[in-house]
Amino acid sequence: MAFQPVYIVDGARTPFLKARNAPGPFSASDLAVQSGRALLMRQVFAPTELDEVILGCASPSPDEVNIGRLVALRMGCGHKVPAWTAMRNCASGMQAIDSAIANIQAGRAQLVLAGGTDALSHAPLLYNKVMVMWFAGLMQARSLGQKLGMFAKLRPSALLAPVIGIMKGLTDPMVGLLMGQTAENLAWKFGISREQMDEFSVHSHQLVVEGRAAGHYDEIVPLVDAKGNVYAEDDGVRLDSSLPGLAKLKPFFDKKYGRVTPGNSSQITDGAAWLILASQAAVDQWGLQPIGRISDSQWAGLDPAQMGLGPVHATTPILQRHGWGLDDIDAWEINEAFAAQVLGCLAAWESDDYCREQLGLPEALGTLPHGRLNVDGGAIALGHPVGASGARIVLHLLHVLRANQARRGIASICIGGGLGGAMLVETLS
Amino acid sequence: MSTRAYQHWQLEIDAEGIASATFDKAGETANSLSSAVMDEFGRILDQLEESPPRGLIIRSGKLAGFIAGADIQEFTQLDTPEKGLKLVARGWNLFNRLAAVRYPTLAMVRGHCLGGGLELALACRYLLAVDEPATKMGLPEVMLGIFPGWGGMLRLPQRVGAQAALDMMLTGKTIDAKRAKRMGLADECVPSRVMENAATMLLLSNTARRSLSLLQRLLGGPFKGLVASGARKQVAIRARPEHYPAPYAIIDIWAKHQGNALAAPQLVDAIVRSSTARNLVRVFFMQERLKGFGKESDFQARRVHVVGAGVMGGDIAAWCALRGLTVTLQDQGMERIAPALKRAYAAYGKRIRDPLQLRDVMDRLIPDPEGHGAAQADVVIEAIFENIEAKQALLKKLEAVMKPGAVLATNTSSLKLEDLSTVLANPARLVGIHFFNPVSKMPLVEVVSASGGDPEMASRAAAFVRQIDRLPLPVRSAPGFLVNAVLAPYMLEAMRAVDEGITPETVDAAMLAFGMPMGPIELVDMVGLDVAMAAGKGLGGANIDLPQCLLERFNAGHLGQKSGRGFYDHASGSSGKGVVKAAAGPIPAGLAERLLKPLLERAQQLADEGVVADADLADAGVIFGTGFSPFTGGPLNYLKQKRD
Repeated sequence: MAFQPVYIVDGARTPFLKARNAPGPFSASDLAVQSGRALLMRQVFAPTELDEVILGCASPSPDEVNIGRLVALRMGCGHKVPAWTAMRNCASGMQAIDSAIANIQAGRAQLVLAGGTDALSHAPLLYNKVMVMWFAGLMQARSLGQKLGMFAKLRPSALLAPVIGIMKGLTDPMVGLLMGQTAENLAWKFGISREQMDEFSVHSHQLVVEGRAAGHYDEIVPLVDAKGNVYAEDDGVRLDSSLPGLAKLKPFFDKKYGRVTPGNSSQITDGAAWLILASQAAVDQWGLQPIGRISDSQWAGLDPAQMGLGPVHATTPILQRHGWGLDDIDAWEINEAFAAQVLGCLAAWESDDYCREQLGLPEALGTLPHGRLNVDGGAIALGHPVGASGARIVLHLLHVLRANQARRGIASICIGGGLGGAMLVETLS
Repeated sequence: MSTRAYQHWQLEIDAEGIASATFDKAGETANSLSSAVMDEFGRILDQLEESPPRGLIIRSGKLAGFIAGADIQEFTQLDTPEKGLKLVARGWNLFNRLAAVRYPTLAMVRGHCLGGGLELALACRYLLAVDEPATKMGLPEVMLGIFPGWGGMLRLPQRVGAQAALDMMLTGKTIDAKRAKRMGLADECVPSRVMENAATMLLLSNTARRSLSLLQRLLGGPFKGLVASGARKQVAIRARPEHYPAPYAIIDIWAKHQGNALAAPQLVDAIVRSSTARNLVRVFFMQERLKGFGKESDFQARRVHVVGAGVMGGDIAAWCALRGLTVTLQDQGMERIAPALKRAYAAYGKRIRDPLQLRDVMDRLIPDPEGHGAAQADVVIEAIFENIEAKQALLKKLEAVMKPGAVLATNTSSLKLEDLSTVLANPARLVGIHFFNPVSKMPLVEVVSASGGDPEMASRAAAFVRQIDRLPLPVRSAPGFLVNAVLAPYMLEAMRAVDEGITPETVDAAMLAFGMPMGPIELVDMVGLDVAMAAGKGLGGANIDLPQCLLERFNAGHLGQKSGRGFYDHASGSSGKGVVKAAAGPIPAGLAERLLKPLLERAQQLADEGVVADADLADAGVIFGTGFSPFTGGPLNYLKQKRD
């Protein structure tokens, strides 16, 4: 069955706020609520007219169970609009969009608010196993003597060594590698140097600075915290990013001998992004003026230890279905989880071996034309609030296409656990 | 199950032998204890005496609440000392009888339980509070200039201790369900889903009431005199005995007569038939009348759009969100809106304990720099700076995007609605919704109709004002409407007195002694000397002689509280508490009368001209809009009493 296009009516996101070693001013639901209510406010329909709200989130806090529903209610969508939470790690936001598409195509919904959010700065510290067992023992202690005995057994070293939630979240549970270590794998596999990665990263910062000056980031809705402070811009962007500066940073994931540093990786960040998706019927009913449409999507699986190549595996089938080469796509957004990972994707498409062995192609797919990839920078400069990024790149890709009066683009994202996701986005001519 | 019909009550006795008396006053939406209602309740006690039940549960058949209090209409008919005493005796004896029955009794308090209603509940063995936002308990008699003579002064101190009881009785404040349980007023506080079960279990539990602590027993016993004199000192800070005798009487009746007012018949007469009580009861009915405006409309707002995030606009938006509406607040850019949000959040933080409620209120207040909210709003309020061109341009834009039927309002205090509305496609649509500063404390809102204005829009505006729990006062479009028009000549006269060499402190002291909540000079500092200048010129004509003291300070840039200095130094700046005042001098004879004269004359003039519909509304507006000494019954009532 042909892919029935689904319209993008509007979209918005929060500024992406870099985690600074303490919980940031907004929880994941706060981020989604503030950006979502501003987006809904400018629509011709009331929030209660939505058929569904789907929110991607990889790490909601314990008091944000089914965060999608919580956020929908907080935004005033009312009791009767169903809402749920999508989780596909780094592509949770893209999964939310894809689920909205599926429901619209199936005729189960006409008008859906879909997006993603994450407040990684709020990732919890957890008790380690020794402490959990100690608490269990304390619960069972009946007499005062038993209780005192438990306190005698308390080891401060266990108490002061919490499990860092975010490190668990960024570790592959199957192969036990940190995400940065999978990026090291790609650097090794394709011979990507530290200098290439750092160069890519400096470029990402520069592109964001230029894009911001050119007004390419009007998708941002400013936030106001409980103290009345305004947050209007992505705050992880460095105006002074430079090669000598990045060269000073130490490898973080494979200590001492590795190549991947915090400077050439995406930042740990808080943020949310939303899109409003509509069927043709909803467009007609409300007289909507869509800004574009999603015409195809694809998920793919691969070796978790090479998860960064996910975009290669998700994007290639879309190109094949339409009979296109890399240069038939006007603009690309490939999420910058790691510089090594994006460069790895480009290298994989240029590799005869990789394309033959992994993609079943006769030879290399080719070279992604210069100047079409992440033209306003990416997650290395903006940050990667895991659940939000997939939605952000789809939204921003559409803005890029419209700014350049271009026709079609592909947004793609790599996913921890060995997955890739991609969406084909088109403007309406 | 046996039942016997009464007019205002329903008595049922179930198979377990538990009696249930449901109070459902005929022909009313809320329960009040009229003479007929209490007679019937006496007959219910008679019936139960014949065959005593295992227990009695008293509950309300009204959605509105348990019991709102005594029937205040009856207070207006006490023209002889005997009638006053009879009214007191009626409740005192009936509730003593209820307290003495041998079977256990329980009051199931859901919703308001005030005055006589709480005295009835206190006479029951158990008080079960249903944990809902509407559940409020209190003895507000003092606010009507009277006392809780039906056993409140006896039983409340016994139940919660002398200090807490005096605090409730002397301030009239209400207590919610959780607090009532904590302080011992309620025996149990439960959600409505288990209230029936809880009522039966508690009724039959045969548990003794938690006794007061030793300290509380000492304070209510041997140290009663000490507590009483402390309370008198506290009351003296807020109310003078010549203006408000009731709180002093409450302390005396508790301390000297064991809470039995009948033991002090002269005191009862002095209070019940005082002009203060008469006037405060009148003020109560005027308040009820204001609450009735807008009732004829079924208009209900869900979304409000406010343009202008200054002090007034920001506070109006914050207040609407607090009252449950979704509010979009527009101004030029987030940086201008953020300070209003900051102020709102700080105010919410002080008011709201529950973190989920706090979150919801904050979520409802939405910054809207681009003004998208106007198209979805049911009420749009313009509160930008007082410039006619700017306001006209804005109103025109708003009208173009608004929903049909939505209320378009201006908060202007100095511009003519008739001038503002000329740019509109439908000029009749514009109404004034004029709030006072600070919005969260000032109960009055003037609803202004221009000549040729659509009465339906004025009535929707009044309904909206009720929805956000303010008192709407319909006024005709005229310079200064009612409140500012009466205040301006009064403040000018006060400043002229300063010009004559009387110190600001002395001027203010004279009016505080008259019973005003704030002196006129301090009021000038609060509204701002620039605003006072503009109002003086606007309302007094271009050729008006402005007081020298005002001009000097204005020219020196001392604008009052907002600039840190005006007639007074405002050390902490934000609230009146930071005012630095010197000691007042001796008050010249007749000063208060002199300062009041222009206010009284103007109020009379405005009533005569029909800016408000009648003299009562002028009194109501000036009391609720300025705090004009309520015990006087308002300016025109005061004039009338002086003449009589």
